[in-house]
Amino acid sequence: MTSAVEPRFYTQTWDLSYRHALGDTTSRFLAGLAEQRILGRRCPSCERVIVPARSFCDRDHTATSDWVEVATAGVVEMFTIVHEAFRGLPDPPYALAYATLDGADTALVGYVRGLDLTDLPSAVASLAVGNRVRVAFSDTPTGTAADYWFEPA
Amino acid sequence: MSAVGVLGVGQTPYVTRRADVTFPELVREGALLALDDAGITMDDVDAVVFPLAPDALIGVGNGERWCVEALGAAGKPFMRVNNGGATGMSAVIAAWTHVASGMFDVVLVAGGERVSESGSAQSVLNKMWDVGYERPIPLNTITMLALSAVRYMHAHGADEADFARVTVKNRRHAALNPLAHLREPVTVEDVLASRVLAWPIKLGDACPSSTGAAGAVLVSERYARAHGLRPAWIRGIGQNTETFWMGDRVGPRMLADHGDADALAVAFERAYAMAGVTDPAGQLDVAEIYAPFSSVELHVIEAAGLCGKGEAPARLAQGDFALGAKGTIVNPSGGVLCSNPIAVTGVARLAEATLQVQGRAGDRQVEGARTAVASAIGGDHQFYASLVLSADLEDIA
Repeated sequence: MTSAVEPRFYTQTWDLSYRHALGDTTSRFLAGLAEQRILGRRCPSCERVIVPARSFCDRDHTATSDWVEVATAGVVEMFTIVHEAFRGLPDPPYALAYATLDGADTALVGYVRGLDLTDLPSAVASLAVGNRVRVAFSDTPTGTAADYWFEPA
Repeated sequence: MSAVGVLGVGQTPYVTRRADVTFPELVREGALLALDDAGITMDDVDAVVFPLAPDALIGVGNGERWCVEALGAAGKPFMRVNNGGATGMSAVIAAWTHVASGMFDVVLVAGGERVSESGSAQSVLNKMWDVGYERPIPLNTITMLALSAVRYMHAHGADEADFARVTVKNRRHAALNPLAHLREPVTVEDVLASRVLAWPIKLGDACPSSTGAAGAVLVSERYARAHGLRPAWIRGIGQNTETFWMGDRVGPRMLADHGDADALAVAFERAYAMAGVTDPAGQLDVAEIYAPFSSVELHVIEAAGLCGKGEAPARLAQGDFALGAKGTIVNPSGGVLCSNPIAVTGVARLAEATLQVQGRAGDRQVEGARTAVASAIGGDHQFYASLVLSADLEDIA
């Protein structure tokens, strides 16, 4: 009765552009990167120094009260080394880590540079949880969170 | 509050892609399988809950519009639920609430997924982080769980072989499940030799992108008794929500560790308290838990109270949690690691748990099972849902 047909497909691409307002607090944090400073905000209730800076505490729902400049060195909390290519994301390999900077109570995410990622065991060892890293800053800041990264200390 | 029964469940086989159906036609398959299993028709359904994950995964804006007829929902109350990977179970819990409140007697939850059509789920999922602070960093659901796995390894001395053993167990289970997507048995060596995606996660530690449909029919106790029906029973539900910021789940002042599933443990505790479960490992026969990567299953087993923190690797290595072992069997279906149709993965957990407590799970049946726990996780380990099921209302208590 029915004759088999080749399945048909419809191809589409979503090509959408957005211009997100980042708000006063994030904007000031990003401006600080050009001055090689990492800024947090203190919560008056739990007294945590929240990095990256946020206008309210995600735990207490309280407005943060003051700016705190934290150190540009700290400890690795977690990391990964990416070897797989994902469409629309950078070419591998690259390393990412969350590090708690000295003086901060929460961790900041960033790329980790200055490692030979083709030597996986050695890269993994140098990024072990608890190891020290320092923050490096771009000489040509773009005003985004890509203006800093971590390097093994 | 009415007791809520699971009158019927349905799942299609999970595969990489389907070219023979449109998305609504796929969704209809899940609805019909669930209705047939329940022994009712669309006409008997009072309201419909539709699980659908991010629009961009299927490439259709507000895909719930497209699926109303496939779900028989025209003329009825209808809602879409989206909670990332927890979407399916959140939809079940929304349906549970509809019935438990006494508002409706029969609620259909059904949906479908075809992740592979997006070509790259991770470029969609990369869009869920903070636009100012995190988006310039290429996070995705693989890397965010690799970060968690690294912390678990550090805290508990686990290694990549411990993760690999999870895959080995689940693939062995999936080989017994004709609906599962990845059914080829593998060895620890195979997993360890598979290519690195985001260390420590390798291809062998990762779920597939699955296409498929699933559904369930939830009914009130009043309806079940009036019609002489014997549904499985949802005895407890538990949900919890974690902070958006991964960096707040580590460090000196953290409340819940990104390496453990502390916030999920709270969701389990809430479901257990409602169900009267005081000794999960002793009282629960089956656990169908959401773990899209091997490392995740270890901390979810612990969060579910099936063993202590950091103990899952050793227990797994000695053969526990696998079909044939004593105690709670974890993911007898092969779990999310072997089939991950994102929008309905949480519905599939309920479906599998239901089949188990009713003794209808075929070759993957846990012998004599009468009680089960199911769970799901969505967002970036952020939205947690859990359910406790039993064959009869008299079980557990």
